[in-house]
Amino acid sequence: MFFVVRRMKHVVKIMSLVVAVSSIWIVLLQAAIIPRSYTLLLPIYFVVSLGCYGLLMIGIGLMQFPTCPEESVLLQHDIAEAKDYLSGNGIEVVSD
Amino acid sequence: MADENESKGEKKYKYSIIIPTYNERLNIAIIVYLIFKHLRDVDFEIIVVDDGSPDGTQEIVKQLQQLYGEDRILLRARAKKLGLGTAYIHGLKHATGDFVVIMDADLSHHPKYLPSFIKKQLETNASIVTGTRYVKGGGVHGWNLMRKLTSRGANVLAQTLLWPGVSDLTGSFRLYKKSALEDVISSCVSKGYVFQMEMIVRATRKGYHIEEVPITFVDRVFGTSKLGGSEIVEYLKGLVYLLLTT
Repeated sequence: MFFVVRRMKHVVKIMSLVVAVSSIWIVLLQAAIIPRSYTLLLPIYFVVSLGCYGLLMIGIGLMQFPTCPEESVLLQHDIAEAKDYLSGNGIEVVSD
Repeated sequence: MADENESKGEKKYKYSIIIPTYNERLNIAIIVYLIFKHLRDVDFEIIVVDDGSPDGTQEIVKQLQQLYGEDRILLRARAKKLGLGTAYIHGLKHATGDFVVIMDADLSHHPKYLPSFIKKQLETNASIVTGTRYVKGGGVHGWNLMRKLTSRGANVLAQTLLWPGVSDLTGSFRLYKKSALEDVISSCVSKGYVFQMEMIVRATRKGYHIEEVPITFVDRVFGTSKLGGSEIVEYLKGLVYLLLTT
């Protein structure tokens, strides 16, 4: 069973998940454990939550975005060092 | 024979570093110098795949071959710009290493990270080690807020849809076991950075062991906006393609 799931194309995996969740939703509608009006709105709640989660992840990621300004300086040093060595060995590297 | 090697220490592996170039006259010399600087005790070869650069890139490479040896620097040029994917395939044909590193020639990928790629692979026996800019220890310099926003948004979308198993999907600083690269590249058809995404997603689907190391990325294309509307459309099309075919 697990092997079958592993070999499925990714989109098939996602569709199976969607079908599974939809069937639960339909069962909930039929069984009426939760009042019908709430159950009908569940998909909308889900989509909105997914959207909020996505925006949250983007926001957090943006705030935590790793930057490295010192790397630019280090790179300049490396370039200078390289140019020195190369011109000492007869290779002229001139910037345009 | 194998026991002899094992009792002496580690088995010595050879690394082929494939660098596709187009008009990288200045950068290729610097990158070669830095690779030799940071890989002192490593058996490696550099394969420069130049697509007929008009700026004299190949002349500089030939000078570098005189300096460092023609067995360490291979120039495998092509007549004209033929694309990244085919450049890797072309380079692969001439690679004699056990492992293949792919990296950019414009110094956004710094050779000082090569030892950490190698170390990670030896420690974990991973098939693929990919550099990630988005974790602690990694980072990006030279991106404005808009660029960071689109990058982050693109990443979240791709993570949600594709479950790729890596944090940096579009990165192109990677180390592959030669057999793994040959296998994955044969099934990839996209172009540009979607190609890089396709490579890593297909590798994940095929069950390859993938590890990540943090890298820093200094974007040297200052001022030009590389992310227009058409780029975003291309990206979304690529995502849908990967969603449906992997």
